[in-house]
Amino acid sequence: MGLTDYMQSLSEIRGVSGHEGLVRAKLRELLAGHVDQMESDTIGNLYAYAKSNGKTTGPKVMLAAHMDEVGFLVTGADKDGMVHFANVGGVDAKVVPAKVVRIGPNAVPGVIGTKAIHRQEPDERGKPFDPKKLSIDIGATTRAEALKLVKPGDQVTWEIQYGPFGAGLVKGRALDDRIGCAVLVEVLKQAYAVPVVGVFTVQEEIGTRGAAVAANKLLPDIGICLEGTVCADIPGTEPEGQTTRIGRGPAISLMDAGTIHHPALVKHLVAVAEREGIPYQYREATRGGNDAARMSLAGAGAMACAVSIPCRYIHSPVAVASPSDFENAVRLVRAFIESIARGELKA
Amino acid sequence: MDTKEFLRRLCEGVGVSGYEHGLVDTVREAMSPYVARVTVDAMGNCWAVRAGQAPEPRVKIMLAAHMDEIGLMVSKYEDGGFLRVVEVGGFDPRALIGQEVIVHTATGDLPGIIGIKPPHIMTDEDRKKAPPLHELFVDVGLDDAAARAAVAVGDVITLKREFVELAGEIVAGKALDDRAGIAVMLECLKRLTQLHHSADVYAVATVQEEVGLKGAATGAHAINPDIGVAIDVGHAGPGLPEHESINIGGGPAIAIGANIHPKLYALLVATAKECGIAYQEDVSPGRTGTDAWSMQISREGIPTALLSLPLRYMHTSVETGSMADIRAAGRLLAEFCARVDRALVEGLRWD
Amino acid sequence: MNDLIESFTQAYGPSGHEDQVREVIRKAVAPHCDRTETDALGNLICYRQGSGETATRKRVMLAGHMDEIGIIVTHIDEKGFLRFAPVGGMPPAVLLGQRVVFADGQVGAIGSERIDDPKDLKHEKMFIDIGATSRDEARRHVEVGDVATYQRPLSAMGGLLSSKSMDDRIGCVVVAETLRRLKNCPHDVYAVFTTQEEVGLRGAKTAAYGVDPQFGLAYDVCPVGDTPKAQSILNTALGAGAAIKAKDNSVIVPPKVKNMLVRTAEAAGIKYQLEVLAAGGTDTGAIQLTKSGVLAGCISIPTRYIHTPVETVMLSDVEACVQLSVRVLAGPIEV
Repeated sequence: MGLTDYMQSLSEIRGVSGHEGLVRAKLRELLAGHVDQMESDTIGNLYAYAKSNGKTTGPKVMLAAHMDEVGFLVTGADKDGMVHFANVGGVDAKVVPAKVVRIGPNAVPGVIGTKAIHRQEPDERGKPFDPKKLSIDIGATTRAEALKLVKPGDQVTWEIQYGPFGAGLVKGRALDDRIGCAVLVEVLKQAYAVPVVGVFTVQEEIGTRGAAVAANKLLPDIGICLEGTVCADIPGTEPEGQTTRIGRGPAISLMDAGTIHHPALVKHLVAVAEREGIPYQYREATRGGNDAARMSLAGAGAMACAVSIPCRYIHSPVAVASPSDFENAVRLVRAFIESIARGELKA
Repeated sequence: MDTKEFLRRLCEGVGVSGYEHGLVDTVREAMSPYVARVTVDAMGNCWAVRAGQAPEPRVKIMLAAHMDEIGLMVSKYEDGGFLRVVEVGGFDPRALIGQEVIVHTATGDLPGIIGIKPPHIMTDEDRKKAPPLHELFVDVGLDDAAARAAVAVGDVITLKREFVELAGEIVAGKALDDRAGIAVMLECLKRLTQLHHSADVYAVATVQEEVGLKGAATGAHAINPDIGVAIDVGHAGPGLPEHESINIGGGPAIAIGANIHPKLYALLVATAKECGIAYQEDVSPGRTGTDAWSMQISREGIPTALLSLPLRYMHTSVETGSMADIRAAGRLLAEFCARVDRALVEGLRWD
Repeated sequence: MNDLIESFTQAYGPSGHEDQVREVIRKAVAPHCDRTETDALGNLICYRQGSGETATRKRVMLAGHMDEIGIIVTHIDEKGFLRFAPVGGMPPAVLLGQRVVFADGQVGAIGSERIDDPKDLKHEKMFIDIGATSRDEARRHVEVGDVATYQRPLSAMGGLLSSKSMDDRIGCVVVAETLRRLKNCPHDVYAVFTTQEEVGLRGAKTAAYGVDPQFGLAYDVCPVGDTPKAQSILNTALGAGAAIKAKDNSVIVPPKVKNMLVRTAEAAGIKYQLEVLAAGGTDTGAIQLTKSGVLAGCISIPTRYIHTPVETVMLSDVEACVQLSVRVLAGPIEV
């Protein structure tokens, strides 16, 4: 199965929170024929119902992977034709300057430029650029010219090509969470003996909005969130602050800002991984949140857990991940659901 | 009831978050002539329901504008008959200093003052600091025993401010955020009497928006509408960058962003253009901080839209807006409602 | 009530890991209700049918949270020291030098890296020492994901009682004692011992959805202003009786609910005080926002030193809370 099949298109498709349409269309295409049925809702989530191998009894399992990425939105243009923008989701000021971007449905190119260092005051140089003072140059010279090419509300994404990287790794945009979407696609390509619904959610990056709606609709018994997560095994972080390490296997969450992952599910994920000889690690941080919270708190509550792929440099233009982590995540989640279907989960 | 008079009565009325019941009579009186029924739900939201003209089952549109205002609450008796307070909703404490307030006790309203040391006895350090709320106090002019007898811990406090008519169509007062939005709903209901609309329109004056968008969340659950439109206020200058603010007199701002269903945005814009109503853009990349945010994820998801009225000096006692913007927004909303039908609603589900 | 206070406060049960305390509570309340069950989030729901006319019988939810604050192991270093993150509000300055205990009784001591400025003390600079000398040795006793809580026995201090986890085991005691003393209650009572309140009122949210009550009452601790240079906005004090909540960060109690509680206390001659908070939330807020909205209030137990191992209450206040609670439930709950 390799990561290279469709991962390139999933990574390169543009879809900032609120603009997930193209991602959704691609996923429908990838799953056609592999699942029982697909549908969408008014906020834009894509629901894919896995095939069942005969009788499906037992707990209803919902999986969630989010289609949206962080990026920007056009807010307007000034008299010199420079385009103003605002963040969508958590984008640190330090990754914004000196990048090439694509704007709107026509993918209009632009650059986020900064004052040349030659012309900066000494005290300016030590500080991060203030994103409020940056703008996108699309080559227009007047407001009217700019607004012929772009509109307020247009999405803005970084321009990055997906490809192989280093020793068997890959690099690309939006691996958080297109790599989670890829895991879900693979998981859905088989039949299960429990009801399994894969939801490709919208607007996770601005508050797990799609997952809230999907969880209310499905009211699952068990929720599994598939994410691309922090991997900070880089200079400047202590071992205890790295959260996950690349290549060491899918990361099992214990707790984050929105969820205390159900201890019985965590224990069972570990048991399945060890029994199947699948490498795994723990997500060693409690900051950040994801769709698991919405699944655990929907209706009268559900058991929820999260399995994540370590991605270096998430929430920046280009992230790095390991195909082996991806493959092991798929193996683990498939085996986990099969085990639940066999009634092996002790709650 | 004339809409400006309605707005004046609402703004001069008392409705701190959680304590909005005093405003319901005014809302009922103004809206009754245009609706089939006016009811109050479990949280205190006031629904004015106007039936559509299609046969049942009809599409349901929920309009939401919040009744509650930010205020203060008595939390402790301080020596000398002074009162310590906490905020209900987000105040800038600097805009409270030297304000006259009203303490609403069980036996009646008591005038008060949020006092401060005069400059003559301030130290240099005092002059540079802006005291946080827990260092401020309310003076009601009573001694210890009298204050304890007259005021209860938990009594709510509002700013004393009359509604002021400035030049042209400009008005100022406390709580234009978001009583101006309720005035928009009244204008909308009035206009709907002249239009054919197939959908039921629920004009909901919501509660507790300022403390967590709460009334809209439970109200949307109770109504379960097909579409939700929030009417709130947006920041108008001075002192704000042009692309981050909207202009008084420029008409309602139509929001675009993740909180807004693109097809509802498109219908609002098309309606404005068709009817010659001037409007402004309002780009919201994420959380809008309005009732639209909680309506959107209620139940199995409700497609939402948001209209914002330009407002200066938000969350102070002199919030300033324009009656012209209110009337234009009311007209736009009515024409929008008239264009909502079953086919539109079915088209809101994505592929 | 002292035995109940001791067994409830001393039980182990940090947010998300409430199994042990749930069992302790279940044993104590089972004789006083018709049935008990546990839901997906671990809430303990104890049902007791009412004896009143169906027309006036209400479905009432009581909520006291079982979970206590704690610390979760996030990393085990090569020398066997454990790094951690807080579960709920754990002030770093209070944690330093404490003894903590894990689910199986394993004990640890909290230390920190060298700190030159007290403002630099953060959880990231602290660790748990369980006396292991290597990662492998440590892993024989604890694993990443294990959660520890304060270890501190109950003790009497003058006329006061002090222990870890009065927040909110004392609230659970009030609920349990209410069930025990309640005779001839007209209403169907769902006494819920909730989970994960400390990390966001989570158990109460899902429990209230499932119970779908017409009226809710939460029981939690509230801070007091009767210690030296306390927070300037706190009017509450130990010894001034059951605290009836007007507002906290999660809820503005509907005035008609607050007033009903006040009227009930006055009619029964129960000592009470009014409580207004600028910070902190309780299950009350979660119950209120259920579905189409629920009328909810809160009876608070005034407590000093909340979120430290020496949370301190006065028994007469606890008694007043129980009496008020019983009175409300025995009455018509007219709101």
